[in-house]
Amino acid sequence: MNITLRVWRQKGRDDEGRMVTYKLTDVSEDMSFLEMLDVLNEKLTLENEDPVAFDHDCREGICGACGVVIDGEAHGPERTTTCQLHMRSFNDGDTITVEPWRAKAFPVVKDLVVDRGAFDRIIQSGGFISAPTGTAPDAHANPIPKPDADRAFDAATCIGCGACVAACPNASSMLFTAAKVTHLGMLPQGQPERASRVVKMINQQDEEDFGGCTNIGECAAVCPKGIPLDTISQLNRDLLGSLGKGIG
Amino acid sequence: MSDIDLYTEGAPIRDEKAPEGPINERWDQRRFSAKLVNPANRRKLSVIIVGTGLAGASAAATLGEAGYNVSSFCYQDSPRRAHSIAAQGGINAAKNYRNDGDSIHRLFYDTVKGGDFRSRESNVYRLAQTSVEIIDQCVAQGVPFAREYGGLLDNRSFGGVQVSRTFYARGQTGQQLLIGAYQAQERQIAAGTVKMHTRHEMLELIIVDGKARGIIARDMVTGEIETHFADAVVLATGGYGNVFFLSTNAMGSNVTAAWRAHRKGAYFANPCYTQIHPTCIPVSGDYQSKLTLMSESLRNDGRIWVPKKGGDDRDPRQIPEDERDYYLERIYPSFGNLVPRDIASRAAKNVCDEGRGVGPGGLGVYLDFTAAIERMGRDAVEAKYGNLFDMYQRITGENPYELPMRIYPAVHYTMGGLWVDYDLQSSIPGLFVTGEANFSDHGANRLGASALMQGLADGYFVLPNTINDYLADGPFEKVDEQHPEAVKAKDLVTNRIDKLLSTNGSRTVDSFHKELGHIMWDYCGMERSEEGLRKAIDLIRELRAEFWRDVKVLGTNEEFNQALEKANRVADFLELGELMCIDALHRRESCGGHFRAESQTEDGEALRHDDEFAYVAAWEFAGVDSKPVLHKEALEYEYVEMKQRSYK
Amino acid sequence: MATSGAILVLYLIAHMYGNLKVFAGQEAFDGYAHGLREIGYPLLPESGFLWVFRIVLLASILIHIYSAVALWARARRARPASQRYQVKKRVHRTYASYTMRWGGVLIALFVIFHILHLTVNVISPGGASDSPYERLVNGFQPQFWFVTLFYVAAVIAVGFHLRHGIWSGLATLGVNQARRQPVLNSIATVIALVVTVGFLLPPLAVTFGLVS
Repeated sequence: MNITLRVWRQKGRDDEGRMVTYKLTDVSEDMSFLEMLDVLNEKLTLENEDPVAFDHDCREGICGACGVVIDGEAHGPERTTTCQLHMRSFNDGDTITVEPWRAKAFPVVKDLVVDRGAFDRIIQSGGFISAPTGTAPDAHANPIPKPDADRAFDAATCIGCGACVAACPNASSMLFTAAKVTHLGMLPQGQPERASRVVKMINQQDEEDFGGCTNIGECAAVCPKGIPLDTISQLNRDLLGSLGKGIG
Repeated sequence: MSDIDLYTEGAPIRDEKAPEGPINERWDQRRFSAKLVNPANRRKLSVIIVGTGLAGASAAATLGEAGYNVSSFCYQDSPRRAHSIAAQGGINAAKNYRNDGDSIHRLFYDTVKGGDFRSRESNVYRLAQTSVEIIDQCVAQGVPFAREYGGLLDNRSFGGVQVSRTFYARGQTGQQLLIGAYQAQERQIAAGTVKMHTRHEMLELIIVDGKARGIIARDMVTGEIETHFADAVVLATGGYGNVFFLSTNAMGSNVTAAWRAHRKGAYFANPCYTQIHPTCIPVSGDYQSKLTLMSESLRNDGRIWVPKKGGDDRDPRQIPEDERDYYLERIYPSFGNLVPRDIASRAAKNVCDEGRGVGPGGLGVYLDFTAAIERMGRDAVEAKYGNLFDMYQRITGENPYELPMRIYPAVHYTMGGLWVDYDLQSSIPGLFVTGEANFSDHGANRLGASALMQGLADGYFVLPNTINDYLADGPFEKVDEQHPEAVKAKDLVTNRIDKLLSTNGSRTVDSFHKELGHIMWDYCGMERSEEGLRKAIDLIRELRAEFWRDVKVLGTNEEFNQALEKANRVADFLELGELMCIDALHRRESCGGHFRAESQTEDGEALRHDDEFAYVAAWEFAGVDSKPVLHKEALEYEYVEMKQRSYK
Repeated sequence: MATSGAILVLYLIAHMYGNLKVFAGQEAFDGYAHGLREIGYPLLPESGFLWVFRIVLLASILIHIYSAVALWARARRARPASQRYQVKKRVHRTYASYTMRWGGVLIALFVIFHILHLTVNVISPGGASDSPYERLVNGFQPQFWFVTLFYVAAVIAVGFHLRHGIWSGLATLGVNQARRQPVLNSIATVIALVVTVGFLLPPLAVTFGLVS
């Protein structure tokens, strides 16, 4: 198939970017979206043009490195990561617009690559259970009801790709934060720090200049791992509980 | 016959740190004999850890908690993305929660045997002992392992082992374990004991007075070549499967850190030991960038076959039963489709070599669930394998409930790596190596669910109890950027980058990488022969020369330049590939993942030669176009009897 | 946002209930309006409760508007104009969620007009009156179709505002567990519909001559 790509090109963080159009012929429908970009880059290199920078690593949908907005949708038309999107989801002759995640908290590094360090700092602020190596009791010391363990797992599958922020009309990172608050809050090991964790993480999220959550649900709709929207409700419940106890 | 034209043999080596005595007391003994560092002194000591996978993140967190000054480096934009995250199946631990006869000794035994008697007994025993603590540690961190309705942890059996000792978190065990280690590391970053350098790639090791004292790293955003010093350096940089271009590794996985250390004197052990996983999704075209693995649990219910006659391109559903060859069931009637990974992989290669492979390029075999769907019903198959079927359908566009899946083996894991002693210290004092980057615990073949175990054992429990023995003599003399060794290392890096950027040839980096991958796969893949390996060595040397003559890397160093990053990595793969072939050539036996065509039993099975090859091959670098020096470390077995494997 | 919104939703329901008394005739409607001023009397002075009520309402509205402006400003900061998408596609979001901000502004303008019209009676299409019933009937006569139209538009905006607002407020208060979500979504829709219809009936009835 033949396609036309409109790709965001931006030299560096402080440069002004622009859309550039490329034509690509003989694209196989079995190619992944990123392999299609590889082919574009090989072509550009041989033509002495700067290849398009994009983040990617595992290419099997789990590392969370890849992620671009394709025709206005984070990760494109399928509910998966960009690396698992294949060209058979497009038609011959399509014009495809490719943009980076857009949020102040995710400044563009180059072209389609953004800096998601804000997510790491949110985790640093409290997204953990303090259990220094060597201090653990036997793994069976604390039975956990299966439904709780399963819900913790569902929330823990977050890959930190940032699609939730990219898709949110407010550029809010609430689903990311809520997934971690829910994962750790569902487990007995997570209880001692539960009340302070949510407050610290929300404060950090605000400091990073993410927008506020207005419960629109675009985040959960594009999440490649299907993090449930109600984790946000759970975060809010925890937050109200903490504020009620005077923490925060 | 001699290979002396390709290498020279140096003095044998031995693991000086390995304790003696009863095997179950050795780890205790070593921990007791190792020098300790007073908590107040730890903050005066610094450690560089390169890599943030299971082995790196767990070590950074643990050493940070202990109070050392840790600097952590990763090439990804976040430490959470290291490729440990992609491990699916699970992690072994000798908990014996199932009361099915498991024990530390049985895990030890299975691992030594599975490794085809090419690993160290002391190390493997310690790994089995530590496995128990790993699970406790991970649960305490909040890793959401699968649980049963009673609230206790679930276990499954894995990879042909007879006990259920594998802990898992659906098909995302690696992810959950890594997130646990990552969160522990982030906690230490907040506490100020760990300083994180993301998007930084180590490009050179700094050695001062014979000790590893720092690294040269490139800031991948600005291109700045930075010098970092410490009292010890830890490489937790993973495996080198990407030397094959196509593998299940992440696109960025590379050997550069380990190879630069090798060039500075660290021995590289058993580089030819690679694991090739049988159930991956086949290549669909030249543009293919990586291979995706599907859990080998599929072989529990799927039947593997190819058409009996070559070139049969009918729709598989139209091929009648009597024209199909269920070759694993035919050749291995007792294990059938459940033979170990190396055997299943090689059998698939053989039928494809006979021209009976299916799909694009004839590189694939059918994995057929028709019988399973008839027997169990579609719903039961979906419940068990639904996520894998979905993944297959997403990648291939074919519906595996209707059409048999196509699978083909792919490079998955490398058992070889930098040589380390019992303390995980390489042949360079102060340079420690953990996880897949070292060679130590899996021998010639790794069992399923053991990679995660080893990575975390090294990072959480082994290194933090051995590195102190080295650091107790520190802090070492202060060095700065003006030190001649630091300047020399930095010059090496900048000169190489200048060379790559100024060559301005006609071929892209990827085209070289792909060509190298083809050479490695064809001649140093599932089956190796003297003739093929010699040919490969010549081809690699030519390709390497062409690379430095004709590579095309655009842009500058002072920017985010992914082509330059790749070029640096491929340059090292081009040297490593040759060493892998030399190692494979010199090892004139078949063992585990290393199959030499010349060394097989009458019915085509791997044949070891324990009298000649029961050793670790540790290679010393002698110069790019000079012969590497082989140092042998003899392997002795006191607790497990050496036997030939049989799966007929 | 959620708490002030909840107060306003409850108020709207009460207000709608009062409005519907118009169908019981002038006496019932005026009596109800007067009765509001008598609540708590003689414990409180005449209209005392009403003023307390008005102050609470005003505070809620101000808090609500302040929160909305703050959220809007944060969203602007979080994705500044220079970082707008060239192509943006709606994946899941409801139409109602789109209308929150501009709909809110429309509602605020309407409320001002509404108070000037029917409460203070400064604006008095069709003539001023002491009887709330007459103000209503006068104001929505067919020749003032534009008044009715503005009213209808504003009430529909309120409906959309409630549709997303109730759902969102409940989420902020932490109520929206996954299994409750379908029910809560239905509740939000039902309340939005009932309030919309309930507020539309009286003026439309006047305009179309069913109440005079």
